[in-house]
Amino acid sequence: MKKYILIVCFSWGMVFSQDPLNGIVQYQENNKTYPLTGASVFWQNTTIGTVTDIEGAFQLEKTPETDLLIISYVGFKTDTLKIQMPFIRHQMIQDQDDELDEVTLTQRRKASQKSYIETQNILKVSSDELLKAACCNLSESFETNPAIDVNFSDALTGTKQIKMLGLSSTYLLISEENIPMVRGASQAYGLTFTPGTWVESIQISKGAGSVTNGFESISGQINTELKKPMTDLPFFLNLFGSINGRYEINTHFNKKIDENWSTGLYLHGNKRTEKFDNNNDGFLDLPVSEQINLMNRWQYTDMEKGWVSFLSWRYMNDEKLLGTLSFNPQKDRGMKNRWGSEIKTKRWDGSFKLGYVFPETPYQSFGVQTAYSSHNQDSYYGLRTYDINQDSFYTNLIFNSIIGNTLNKFKVGLNYSFDDYVELVNGDAYNRTDQNVGSFFEFTHDNNDNFSLIAGVRVDFHNNFGNFLTPRLHFRYVPLEKFVIRLSAGSGRKAANIFAENQTLFATNRSIKIQSSQGKIYGLNPERAWNYGMGLSKSFYIGDPHQISLSVDYYITQFTNQVVVDFENPREVSFYNLEGESTAKSFQVELDYNFRNHLNFRAAYKNYDVQMDYKSGLLQKPLLAKNRFFANLGWESKTTAGGKQWRYDLTYHYVGAQRLVHNLIDRPGGFSPNYSLWNTQLTHVFSKKFELYLGGENIGNYRQSSPIIGSDDPFGADFDAAQVYAPIFGGMVYSGLRFKI
Amino acid sequence: MKKILIILLALPLGMVAQDNQKKSTKADFKVHGNCEICEKRIEKAALSIKGVKSADWDIPSNQISLIYNPAKVNLEAIHTAIAAKGHDTSEAKAKEEDYDALPNCCKYDRE
Repeated sequence: MKKYILIVCFSWGMVFSQDPLNGIVQYQENNKTYPLTGASVFWQNTTIGTVTDIEGAFQLEKTPETDLLIISYVGFKTDTLKIQMPFIRHQMIQDQDDELDEVTLTQRRKASQKSYIETQNILKVSSDELLKAACCNLSESFETNPAIDVNFSDALTGTKQIKMLGLSSTYLLISEENIPMVRGASQAYGLTFTPGTWVESIQISKGAGSVTNGFESISGQINTELKKPMTDLPFFLNLFGSINGRYEINTHFNKKIDENWSTGLYLHGNKRTEKFDNNNDGFLDLPVSEQINLMNRWQYTDMEKGWVSFLSWRYMNDEKLLGTLSFNPQKDRGMKNRWGSEIKTKRWDGSFKLGYVFPETPYQSFGVQTAYSSHNQDSYYGLRTYDINQDSFYTNLIFNSIIGNTLNKFKVGLNYSFDDYVELVNGDAYNRTDQNVGSFFEFTHDNNDNFSLIAGVRVDFHNNFGNFLTPRLHFRYVPLEKFVIRLSAGSGRKAANIFAENQTLFATNRSIKIQSSQGKIYGLNPERAWNYGMGLSKSFYIGDPHQISLSVDYYITQFTNQVVVDFENPREVSFYNLEGESTAKSFQVELDYNFRNHLNFRAAYKNYDVQMDYKSGLLQKPLLAKNRFFANLGWESKTTAGGKQWRYDLTYHYVGAQRLVHNLIDRPGGFSPNYSLWNTQLTHVFSKKFELYLGGENIGNYRQSSPIIGSDDPFGADFDAAQVYAPIFGGMVYSGLRFKI
Repeated sequence: MKKILIILLALPLGMVAQDNQKKSTKADFKVHGNCEICEKRIEKAALSIKGVKSADWDIPSNQISLIYNPAKVNLEAIHTAIAAKGHDTSEAKAKEEDYDALPNCCKYDRE
């Protein structure tokens, strides 16, 4: 039978009696001890209380009123303890037959944290952090995060585009539960196809990634973990509405079928019905759109035998209508009277994962992942048409074990990927099949003290790239307490899917030129780069309860081959392989201040220097701010015994001047003005079941004036809606609710 | 070149095949300590003995769980190695000077 023991350890911080009480709450299961996260701890007959964090730790100010401390948690017997000694070890045995599920119902953790123990520079973003973002899908989840910059891709689709290390998301490996996801056909809009509430956590790793998921990561990797049926709430409902006419609904249903099986059904719908043209250019500021997204997951877990498995499938349908206010697709499509566009995307995904941990030797395990997706986009932009179909198959086998002992671990594996692309660009067909077989080996050494390294290499056989090696190395050294030095280096490659990645070009009337270099991908050769990085982090103690940490990092990405997207000629967009140099240098300094887990302040300054050799010479990348500043203030009230809480969040972005490409109508090139954006959100948690939130995005109401070049003559040669450096839509107020059982 | 790459491709399978099914035994015993620093010290001491494959020490219960190859190592050597770092085990007592050299948070109560 399962038996739980709640173990509570207390220690006084120092000798002074004014110091807060520190403690750890844990429980035992099968002779293993786990931290009990989210347990309520409060002084008897007072409202002074807190909840334990992810390590089960808590800190509580003392009160002259009482020395009786109450600890409670669903599934455990509530206990009252008399606190008077500097150190107490207390155990209590729980009533029998309570279910394990209840123990993990509520989780509380720091919204985002930099890890000191990871060898790679990884930022972990929990679902708490995701709640801070206004809305509603993955592309909008990074606004409160300094590692990633959010930009607008064009003046029409309302799509947000992310950048890391000064490079666009095409150079990131974006995966979902370690299966590459937003790539190829889904590159432009793929991040908007994952609803925010489905996301359990996000891991952002900067620089050369791991070799286990492929060779495609160049500037880094973003991996999202979705909610798991076993641990997610039985029922969740989220409703959202904003004054720009956007409505969203999210529901999750999770059910435990028996000891081993759980299933979850996740539904998302969003709709924007109202038409806005606040800048009076005759074009919709945001598209009219509709999305339905449905996912079903099955989870099998047998802890004793060591098996875990997931089976998931998913369907998504997204439709957008954009262009001039009066555009009617039935009447005006294909005509030169009104400019309009429709983008229709359908996507099917299926995946299977199986993991096994050898019960006798828990440091050995193997895993299999297999995924299939079919992505289908039909679209037209004015008189231009663009259709793309991509069928993908991906499978990965991994075996984990040790060399000698657990200080030396390794992963080996094989993967196979298949991508079939069928594209129709203004009637011209481009078909391509990519196939790759690769194998990898990754060695990790950790001296369990102050030094660790990860060295990985993979060898790939690709039908269009040839055979090649991808080495990657990460190194971590802790010379002083709470001071970490990290170094990384590695290479990556990718095929440039020039149309799918640069769909904004269809929102222009520039002529499209491909200057072939006899390569196999649109006549072009694959992109290839080296990334080198260095990071320093230091935490400071400036006395309880303040925590400060400071980190600095610097990354260089050097392309040895690249597909240059050249907008420098006002009437052309051309693609050609790099001749000469292309480097992206990124510098970031970040300060984090935390006060008793109630107040958190983060500030970051970022500097980017991204230059490449165009046909017209060495130039800074356009539409990229050299200087950016970010600040975020988060405040949480103490949670009362009944679960009531207030949360407040304020984010500031400063975006420096960006180089603009030359155009013939209203701007002589030069630089965009610098500007600031403010976002804010207030949440009131009424109980563990219900919360309401109210927020404002871009509350300073900053807008790019006349974002569309040549909007008077959308069929003329100078029409260009791709030169966007700031929000199109001004301020936005939204509100929503969350209901959980 | 191509041959080398093919050999590299096949290497993982070879490693998996030969790595498995070496003999290993489990053992659990008590080791005195208090905190996370102790955890690292104790596990590192155990792993310093050749033949110890994994060591996991748990703070609240003060129990260490070991997986080791009995043909290469005997338990006594592990007890001695941990005690040499100042941590008493169920079988071996640390020397006074080794106990005194412990970091502050690791100074457990000695009977």
